[in-house]
Amino acid sequence: MDLKLTQNCAPIYEALQKHLKNRVVRLDVPGHKGGRMNKELRNFLGENCLKVDVNSMKPLDNLCHPVSVIKEAEELASEAFGAKHSFFIVNGTTAAVQAMIFASCKAGDKIIMPRNVHRSAINALVVCGAIPVYVNPGTNKQLGIPLGMSVADVEKAIRQNPDAKAVLVNNPTYYGICSDIRRIVELAHSNNMLVLADEAHGTHFYFGEGLPCSAMEAGADMAAVSIHKTGGSLTQSSILLCSNNVSEGYVRQVINLTQTTSGSYLLMVSLDLARKNLYLNGKEMFKKTVDYATYAREEINKIGGYYAFGEELVNHDDIYAFDTTKLSVHTRAMGLAGVEVYDILRDDYDIQIEFGDIGNILAIVSAGDRELEIERFISALSEIKRLYGKDPSGMFDHEYINPTVVLAPQQAFYSNKKSVPINQSCRMICGEFVMCYPPGIPILAPGERITSEILDYIAYCKEKGCFMTGTEDMEINYINVVV
Amino acid sequence: MELWFTEKHTDDVNFTIKVKKQLYSAKSYYQQIDILDTYEFGRVLVLDGFIMLTEKDEYIYHEMITHVPMAVNPQIKSVLVIGAGDGGTIRELTRYDTIENIDMVEIDGQVIEVCKEYLPQTACKFDDPRAHLYIEDGLKFVRRKSGEYDLIIVDSTDPFGPGEGLFTKEFYGNCFKALTDSGILINQHESTYYDSYVDMVKRTHQRIGSAFPVCMVYQSHIPTYPSGHWLFGFAAKNLHPVYDLKAKEWESLGLKTRYYNTELHKGCFALPNYVKEVLADE
Repeated sequence: MDLKLTQNCAPIYEALQKHLKNRVVRLDVPGHKGGRMNKELRNFLGENCLKVDVNSMKPLDNLCHPVSVIKEAEELASEAFGAKHSFFIVNGTTAAVQAMIFASCKAGDKIIMPRNVHRSAINALVVCGAIPVYVNPGTNKQLGIPLGMSVADVEKAIRQNPDAKAVLVNNPTYYGICSDIRRIVELAHSNNMLVLADEAHGTHFYFGEGLPCSAMEAGADMAAVSIHKTGGSLTQSSILLCSNNVSEGYVRQVINLTQTTSGSYLLMVSLDLARKNLYLNGKEMFKKTVDYATYAREEINKIGGYYAFGEELVNHDDIYAFDTTKLSVHTRAMGLAGVEVYDILRDDYDIQIEFGDIGNILAIVSAGDRELEIERFISALSEIKRLYGKDPSGMFDHEYINPTVVLAPQQAFYSNKKSVPINQSCRMICGEFVMCYPPGIPILAPGERITSEILDYIAYCKEKGCFMTGTEDMEINYINVVV
Repeated sequence: MELWFTEKHTDDVNFTIKVKKQLYSAKSYYQQIDILDTYEFGRVLVLDGFIMLTEKDEYIYHEMITHVPMAVNPQIKSVLVIGAGDGGTIRELTRYDTIENIDMVEIDGQVIEVCKEYLPQTACKFDDPRAHLYIEDGLKFVRRKSGEYDLIIVDSTDPFGPGEGLFTKEFYGNCFKALTDSGILINQHESTYYDSYVDMVKRTHQRIGSAFPVCMVYQSHIPTYPSGHWLFGFAAKNLHPVYDLKAKEWESLGLKTRYYNTELHKGCFALPNYVKEVLADE
């Protein structure tokens, strides 16, 4: 590393500034030429935004094969996150999750993972042909949410599948729940398995104080970190972190199998500046985040009816730790599905939260918020209770159903399939995904047995207004099943 | 040397007054606070570059925001005032011996301190034994109250800045909850003359209407506010601002006012057509 390079630097940002100053003649792509080709777009997004939307060139390095400023920015990120190598990702954390799986598993290899993974992980299995060994996550009966993996369950899966290549861990889940990743790393490593962490919601673990353990700190081998989710970079930008146990060159080859060759400098510079900001101000920013979330939890719990859950859930097993920046609120005791509260907040109160599922809502709080946003959210919840609260009897009381896997995802996805009305699909093998988005955790994945319980659950989600995706039929009236 | 203060009323319209002296200028946690001494309007309170009050015309605003609801329900005993760090609304309310309790919530304590020092004309009744001051966010304060107040007066700044939360649907709903069965909510309601304000007036009216069965608007003339034509909102659970007016009862109190009278009270709810169109438009 360049001796002058410190965390106060932002190599990509500095190179772009220099590039703008040089007034380089743009006889390359992109064809908008700094926005001159499309003034409406330029006026809307801002002149600087269009001017730094440039293609790779020698002074700005190349994402597929970084040798100068991108390499330096990645090195600074490695230092900031405590990783051996880091890769800037511009195809979303989906690409980072897939790269982890592609880099550790080939077709037919086994990978141990909780079933409540993001669709990107199972998608990766469809593409590469690896076989999932699902560890059923714990579930909280009251809240109806899937939890982390208990160490005992992971240990059992490892013992029964000594040939598995890797263990994938959500750190944390969408709801902020962490497994004992340190112990899982020890178990996996002593059985020659890699540990891959989906840290889409865990950027802040690396910089805040008093938060759960980050994957790199726990000794995991790879981690997919959505800097854009809680770290302040632009949507779709992400970082893949690696430890000593994986080959940097091989991982880059794997990333380059699917990642664009026209990496966006808007996304890359946002990663560069986000890293600098996180390193320099992260401690303070995440303290503010925790303070906001803690205050909101206390106030929401005073309203009555709602349950904004927090660290009290920790049981040192399948809730090994709780991410206190997450503001999740259980709504069912008030007679409202989470998705109903989510819709009312948006439609009536102009408040957009992250998601609502059957029993809960999740609001994302960050240092970018002000007291105003937090007070409005709490006050709106108080109003929703006053105006819409009702008797909760008769409401669906579980969120997570453990599936039965019949075929591997790739085998099922590429089998001969037929489309059947969804209400006639009971007992058949599903050939595609069904999920509510967000959170994007599949209710059914390719190769899983369709049950009446799952069908009831899907019907209930549709009735409550969940945004359902995954099936070929956009209305989810039909479903593809394996013939 | 001549010193002039200019407030932007729209992108293309300025309002400019000649300044004798700038008496105070500082930035609080929430906003920029300035006090000017002017030739025409006396002392002027400016927040974030917008005139909040002048010594010359503040009586119009403060009389209209208090006496209208008090004349509809002279039995009002407990009042909540949100905003109003200048003290003018409190000053008018303390003139009623029948009022037993005035809770006042102001988010920015520095405004109160500055007004006490530079605007004694309005900031003169904070030490009335019935007045209780809370330096807190109004939205948060009112959320915790239920059935406690006969009158809530929202004497806020504009909807962009620290007063933003006081123009929301959740705030009006929380106010409904905080009021007694005969409760009245009065709010400063901006103006519809310039296009840039129209959407906010419309949305505010709709939001109040979604919480209160009675939801009306009245007007007054305030020379130093944009266009000079200013609106207030009158919302209530069951009292009508004109049909339920207790003119004789109010007059018997013998309060001397410079702008408000009970005839004007009846007339101020009669609105120009262009305002009615804005309010009626869904």
